[in-house]
Amino acid sequence: MDAVFKALADASRRELLDRLYADNGQTLNELCARLAMTRQAVSKHLAILEEANLVATVRRGREKLHYLNPVPIHEIGERWIRKFERGRLQALSELKRSLEQRDE
Amino acid sequence: MSDPNKSSFVYVTYIRTTPQKLWDALTRPEFNRQFWYQAWQDCEWKAGASWRLMLADGRVADSGQVLEIDPPRRFVLAWRNEFRPELHEEGTARMTCLLEPQDDMVKLTITHEIDRPKSKFIEAVSSGWPIILASLKSLLETGRALEVTGRPKDK
Repeated sequence: MDAVFKALADASRRELLDRLYADNGQTLNELCARLAMTRQAVSKHLAILEEANLVATVRRGREKLHYLNPVPIHEIGERWIRKFERGRLQALSELKRSLEQRDE
Repeated sequence: MSDPNKSSFVYVTYIRTTPQKLWDALTRPEFNRQFWYQAWQDCEWKAGASWRLMLADGRVADSGQVLEIDPPRRFVLAWRNEFRPELHEEGTARMTCLLEPQDDMVKLTITHEIDRPKSKFIEAVSSGWPIILASLKSLLETGRALEVTGRPKDK
């Protein structure tokens, strides 16, 4: 679980996950083409995400496709959120939303 | 390049167990019910056998066929939704379950793919798997599945 928190504690890596969420199963080239990061940096971040099991890879011929793997995030949700009463958290976030809307 | 005419996802979880125990949990109804919202698979688990995912109330959620099977390492299912017309009309998807031992764990990889872009079916099943996998992991590692997956899913 440490690896997951460390992997998520970086804006570039979260951005990579967002890119995969938008379009799952991308190659390194596809990911690089849409980001203002060097290929080397993207490759390094992907390795950290894969190590944390947040990205799963599949070889297809000569290419490696990267998939967002949300399972560890879910495990964190179960361990750290559901246990502390998700229902009340949801009520609070709804309260926050309705109060903020009123301010607009 | 990722294939623009396909929709797919790959989920991976590592479970501290043996391939045989994981295989049993994945294929036997009495285990399925505990981590899969009381749903279970009606299947003889041999190549060519028919396959159905049964909901707790007796409805058929999905149906298909065992395309390939190699216990306790891998099986591939043809999988078609049966209770939501907009998903049913997308046709048949493929689901692959791969079990690979790694030290004292088993790496479980679940892949779903369908030959059409922006599939609603893939979107629907992809949102369902994470909690089912988290519950399966909990069942095998602690002897107890997550409470929420032990009762039928609210629709």
